[in-house]
Amino acid sequence: MIIHPRHTQIIAISMLVILTVFTLAILVFIILFVFSKGLPYISFDFLFSNPEDMGKAGGIFPTLIGTIVLPLLAIIIATPLGVGTAVYLTEYTRENRITRIIRFGADCLAGIPSIIFGLFGFIFFVTTLEMGWSIISGSLTLAFMILPTIIRTSEEAIKAVPYSYREVGFSLGATLWQTVRKIVLPNALPGIVTGIMLSIGRSIGETAAVIFTAGSSLRIPNSVFDSIRTMSVHFYILAREGISSKNAYATAAVLIISILLINLVTYWIMNRFIAKKTK
Amino acid sequence: MDKNKYIINNLNVFWNKAQVLRSIDIQVPSHKILGIIGPSGSGKTVFLRSLNRMNDLVPEIRVEGQILLDGEDIYHPECDAVSIRKRVGMVFALPVPLPASIYDNVIFNPGLSGIRDHKKLDLLVEKSLKSAFLWDEVKDRLKTSAMRLSGGQQQRLCLARVLAMEPEVILLDEPCSGLDPISTAAIEDALRILKDTYTIILVTNNTKQAARVADNTAFFLMNEMVEYGPTEQIFTVPGDKRTNDYITGRFG
Repeated sequence: MIIHPRHTQIIAISMLVILTVFTLAILVFIILFVFSKGLPYISFDFLFSNPEDMGKAGGIFPTLIGTIVLPLLAIIIATPLGVGTAVYLTEYTRENRITRIIRFGADCLAGIPSIIFGLFGFIFFVTTLEMGWSIISGSLTLAFMILPTIIRTSEEAIKAVPYSYREVGFSLGATLWQTVRKIVLPNALPGIVTGIMLSIGRSIGETAAVIFTAGSSLRIPNSVFDSIRTMSVHFYILAREGISSKNAYATAAVLIISILLINLVTYWIMNRFIAKKTK
Repeated sequence: MDKNKYIINNLNVFWNKAQVLRSIDIQVPSHKILGIIGPSGSGKTVFLRSLNRMNDLVPEIRVEGQILLDGEDIYHPECDAVSIRKRVGMVFALPVPLPASIYDNVIFNPGLSGIRDHKKLDLLVEKSLKSAFLWDEVKDRLKTSAMRLSGGQQQRLCLARVLAMEPEVILLDEPCSGLDPISTAAIEDALRILKDTYTIILVTNNTKQAARVADNTAFFLMNEMVEYGPTEQIFTVPGDKRTNDYITGRFG
């Protein structure tokens, strides 16, 4: 049976529209579901007061701090390492066996379940290096976990900068490093930031690796050597141990809102950055 | 004025095992325009890129022979390629403005050496853009992106960017191949004035352009330099039949 091309066209468009609507509907449903259960309990007090009775009552202030501090430190540690590695691999070496091994290793690491990183962090940072359950153990573990993502996305972003830009740099008397710093990195920045955003999202949402390494203390930390609880861990414990499902959903709602906010702010900054260079 | 800027002795260039330039001997006089003509693939661009060591960036390319810039062997192991490229500016076939403002494009090289003096930079930008015949068109929008200029304006911006580096030699690799006749004329006018200050080497696919602006012309064919002499001589009484065939349009 032959279907007329005009009809296949209509069928294709309708199928694609249905698939897209379906995908969006699932996303919207999840967000609305969590919001409907959580938003009513969010208040200024909930955000900025200490939890009481293991989180059954009171707020989530310490976990708010944990959710900001842990991923932030992880990004601060992983970004220079990851971007530096990506620059070295793309600009300073020729494609050879070692670069291929590094790249293969990064790809493998990116696919390893986070709990393995948690276990490694627990054995290495928490016990062997005697850092204990602490912010620093947790951030280092998260940093290792997101490192492959940052390396690979930065590498792709750097490779996407046209070769002719580099030629211009060299022909105008720039050294390799000056060309990298003044031409390659600024033009790769949007891509690099995308990788960092993905990593922030992943570390904010991370639960297993964090419980193993940063612990789950509900106290406000005094230093990076204190244990801390993030919102994801808080949500997990509240829900898993049946402490309070309304506080669990409220925490989840705060988590979703913060991720939305981070993404919006980044898009806004990146758009301004790109507009400045092309307008 | 008879001083030679470049003296090139027995230059051989290889791309992997293939030889892409065969024993080139040429002397390039200072403050003149040397036009290099020849069909595509004859080795003109490789020759040009040997003169400022841009070929270093291509690992497959090997350069043999001697290129003296003011008597200094630029392929000597102790010679720094970066300092050569500061003395020998280059304009590419396709204009490549960096995604930044017109102003920032022009001060790219001075910015590298850390010049932050705004008065000095403003003057340099104005001088360079004037020399490239672009100032009047862009003086009111120096802070807008260079990407929004037209192709011809972009190419003159690239020239201004090279001039701001204050080089001694300017290499141009088919700078007008993508430009309309008016933009081409603007660039040619600029070159005629610039040769008082710089030595200019112009690779062109357009033989008429060489006839219009070059003092001397070299004809490249099949990886060799067939003929080299004063432009009038090349275009009126060429010594080689192949040169005659090429400039009269019988091939290429």
